[in-house]
Amino acid sequence: MGRILRLYRSSVGKKAVMGVTGLLLFGFVVVHLAGNLKVYLGPASFNSYAEFLREVGAPVFGHSEILWIGRSVLLVALVLHVAAAIQLWLMARAARPVNYRRPVHLEDTYASRTMRWGGAIIFAFVLYHLMHLTWGNAHPAFVPGDPYHNLVRGFQSLGASAAYIVAMIVVGFHIYHGVWSSLQTLGVNQENHERWRRLSAFIAAAIVIGNISIPVAVLTGIVQ
Amino acid sequence: MQITLNVWRQAGPRALGRFERYTAKDVSPHMSFLEMLDVVNEELIEAGKDPIAFEHDCREGICGSCGMVINGVPHGPKPAITVCQLHMRSFNDGDEVWIEPWRAKAFPVIRDLVIDRSALDRIIEAGGYISVRSGSAPDANAIAVPKSIADTSMDAAACIGCGACVAACPNASAMLFTAAKVAHLSKLPQGQPERQQRVLNMVEQMESESFGYCTNHGACQTACPKEISIDFIAYLNRELLTATLLG
Ligand code: HEM
Ligand code: FES
Repeated sequence: MGRILRLYRSSVGKKAVMGVTGLLLFGFVVVHLAGNLKVYLGPASFNSYAEFLREVGAPVFGHSEILWIGRSVLLVALVLHVAAAIQLWLMARAARPVNYRRPVHLEDTYASRTMRWGGAIIFAFVLYHLMHLTWGNAHPAFVPGDPYHNLVRGFQSLGASAAYIVAMIVVGFHIYHGVWSSLQTLGVNQENHERWRRLSAFIAAAIVIGNISIPVAVLTGIVQ
Repeated sequence: MQITLNVWRQAGPRALGRFERYTAKDVSPHMSFLEMLDVVNEELIEAGKDPIAFEHDCREGICGSCGMVINGVPHGPKPAITVCQLHMRSFNDGDEVWIEPWRAKAFPVIRDLVIDRSALDRIIEAGGYISVRSGSAPDANAIAVPKSIADTSMDAAACIGCGACVAACPNASAMLFTAAKVAHLSKLPQGQPERQQRVLNMVEQMESESFGYCTNHGACQTACPKEISIDFIAYLNRELLTATLLG
């Protein structure tokens, strides 16, 4: 435990925490996408998946127990991820009290430069998303227990669909830099980080396209 | 050719700095950037003014002392060289050039473009010694080192400690420097006995020097006059994580 705390005191340790928790959150996004895509299989399949999430683990685990374990892990990961991000951000601000007249972006990418604000936008989006499709208080006609209806009805409103599409693009940039960067931070990149970078770009693009296809399919009437 | 210079002038560590404008006339394209500054300084001295303070020593790209930020880029617009290796032919007649010191809390300005880089020296110092037999000269081939390892170690050892990585990093992080210094010893058989303690101590020193942290932007490797790769940063992270968790 002493070692872990000493590690966390260093910026490398905080980044390792960001990397591990970031990869956990990334894992969630991938699984979540797989669940979302079931919308194309129709209401029965989609709703039974939502039901499955609540029943998984039975009979060893009771109703929603596994779901809550998963949620707790994600919540802890999120808190650690954001706490380390804020600590490191403050550290970086203090490290350059006088900036250059006109800072030049040498190799940093749009994605790497927007990790901080992008992260904050994703946080806001996650809250909206929960209010929209989980709790229903930001939804025009929420029906508890009918996620398929809630999704289709929700995305029929252009504003909500637009918010999701924009948020997914932000998530895509965050994942693109986040995935290869966390492998770098955790020392997995042996050599040739460019290969990992291309792989993360590919994964991020797949996640963005997969998720955006859903509001688009609802708006164009492909999913009803 | 004629160049307009805007140079950061600062009388001392606590003094307030500002840009001052100078004109470099009759600049030959074959001059190095430092020679161009020498000429400007001679004119300043003749006019009874303070010359621009900048650091330099070898003037052939090996000592790492000549660092300055030219138009926002450490060591200027050409890749893989130091300021002393930059020639005026890389500029056009009539150009306006902005010259600033490395900007980092860990590198206080001593005067004008000269900064105090001892934080980097202290990181090296924290690395300590390696256990080798000294005394009579060792047999050159007594310890066999595979070529690929020798090459990687040499790539890391190319670091001249100029601090351009810190200057270029949006977070003023010294990770590339520390990574290179850790790697060039840890890769070799001679670096094994103290391997774990070395990385722990060097990172601890780095953390205490008010540098920022690494966001894997990669600006450091672009700015590095020796083209040291951020693959070494991944290597440093692995070395530190293994030394902490398994050591
Ligand atoms: C509450 C919302 C979030 C905030 C405020 C946030 C913030 C950040 C910040 C500031 C960074 C570090 C960038 C840097 O190095 O300067 C980062 C990295 C990262 N984020 Fe997030 N993030 C959030 C959500 C997410 C989500 C939902 C995921 C998963 C898809 C994720 C995955 C990652 C990964 C993998 C990294 C890389 C860590 C590393 O570089 O080692 N983040 N995040
Ligand atoms: S003066 Fe030595 S590297 Fe430029």
